[in-house]
Amino acid sequence: MKLYGKYIAMLFKSQMQYRASFWLLTLGQFLVPFSVFAGLYFLFERFGQIRGWEFQEVALCFSIIHMSYALSECFARGFDSFSTLVGNGDFDRVLVRPRSTVLQVLGSKFEFSRVGKLAQSLFVLGWAISQLVMDWSMLKVLVLLFMIVSGVCIFTGIFILAATMCFWTVQGLEIANIFTDGGREMAQYPLNIYQKWVVRFFTFIIPFGCVNYLPLLYLLGKSTGNDLPYMLAPLAGIAFLVPCLLMWSHGVRHYRSTGS
Amino acid sequence: MKAYLSVFRLRLTNGMQYRTAALAGVATQFFWGFIIIMVFEAFYSGAATELPISLKQLITYVWLQQAFLAFVMLWFRDNELFQLITTGNIAYELCRPSGIYGLWFAKLLAQRLASALLRCFPILLVALFLPEPYRMPLPLDPAAFLLFLSALLFGLLMIVSLSMLMYISVFVTLSPAGSLLMFGVIGEFLAGMVIPVPLMPEWLQRIVYVLPFRWTADFPFRVYSGHITKEEALIGIGIQLVWLFVLVAMGKMAMAKALRNVVVNGG
Repeated sequence: MKLYGKYIAMLFKSQMQYRASFWLLTLGQFLVPFSVFAGLYFLFERFGQIRGWEFQEVALCFSIIHMSYALSECFARGFDSFSTLVGNGDFDRVLVRPRSTVLQVLGSKFEFSRVGKLAQSLFVLGWAISQLVMDWSMLKVLVLLFMIVSGVCIFTGIFILAATMCFWTVQGLEIANIFTDGGREMAQYPLNIYQKWVVRFFTFIIPFGCVNYLPLLYLLGKSTGNDLPYMLAPLAGIAFLVPCLLMWSHGVRHYRSTGS
Repeated sequence: MKAYLSVFRLRLTNGMQYRTAALAGVATQFFWGFIIIMVFEAFYSGAATELPISLKQLITYVWLQQAFLAFVMLWFRDNELFQLITTGNIAYELCRPSGIYGLWFAKLLAQRLASALLRCFPILLVALFLPEPYRMPLPLDPAAFLLFLSALLFGLLMIVSLSMLMYISVFVTLSPAGSLLMFGVIGEFLAGMVIPVPLMPEWLQRIVYVLPFRWTADFPFRVYSGHITKEEALIGIGIQLVWLFVLVAMGKMAMAKALRNVVVNGG
């Protein structure tokens, strides 16, 4: 953990060398989800609601998934650009060091400019919470934090899976974007507006629905029956990380260097 | 002219090599298209008032947007050109006996064309045969289709000339990432890539209509779906031509000015 802190401090210093470019990039990163949010706002201005969901509720949903995505892009960027590490043989160096591979790859990249995205989603979250009339309790705040952690775990898990594929394909696979970008795009609306097959896939296989939709039902007081399963749904996201890490260690054993 | 043509042809065959990447892109775009259509379906199912565009026309809009993404994305980045500028290798380009504007224009055009040619046919073909709520209808009649094709073509030329302006701006800023990302995001929003132009509020539509961005994406798609009538489409194509002329002239002027001040810092 201390080592990871050092990795991050190092990367922070190196990225701050280009200060103007850094701030512009951060601003740009702020604008990307902002334009999506503006689109959402205009749609709600015209339609009023979507399958019984109000704008503020969808905004809450939106901010949680975007925040998780921004955080995991910050932390797990090393896995996202892992194909270059394999492609030019640099992964050999990682293997000979006496620390875990996951930690080293996590520490190899850290995108501070994603703070822009994070700021945007924090802003939306704050706004949505201030607009919604609901009675907050300690428990609800905890569930909210839990949801974000769970989302970060899912996205990181997908990044790791995509990186694991590189052990066999060497080249990066664009197909994983379906689940990262596509998953984010999809999960910014409550899951129940989609067709059955989408709902099933994203609840039981890749549990995006457990990150925001199910616990949101509890937070907004829309759940029926026992609250406990709704509160604990984000656990599924954390559990998702386990098979991904297993796949990773399986992949590392199969790694064959490309040389350099 | 012949030099430009051969650059164009080279780039086109080069771009056509990446077939697996294109396949992955097609899969992603399908998923994307489905998600967007389902969202709109949900919105439309609860709509109380009369809407400015029908769901069927909207579905056409979405599929065309996915199929011709390479034609309408402002942010289609060519790192090679950026590196030429930031590393100083631009000096080689300047030694060539052909105009640099035309050369780059041909390069960018071919790149987009190759990417779109690989992707659009599978997407369109499947979209035409999908089960009913998602199916993309055929164009109303051959004339509308021809109008759509020409609008799309001029839109493509326009977007290349717009992106040329972005590349030229790198001569001044030298750091491509930040400023171009912002330009790209705003431009794409105004082109109707995030939400279709007809669904935007009144005041925003007024802004969108005076800017060039919507002519590259929104206009051809709505010609196809018949949301824009044939007479209007003909006038629209005229406006596209005027814009194209203005943008190319601006680009050439800016390029000449930037090149006069260019400082090559070693190589």
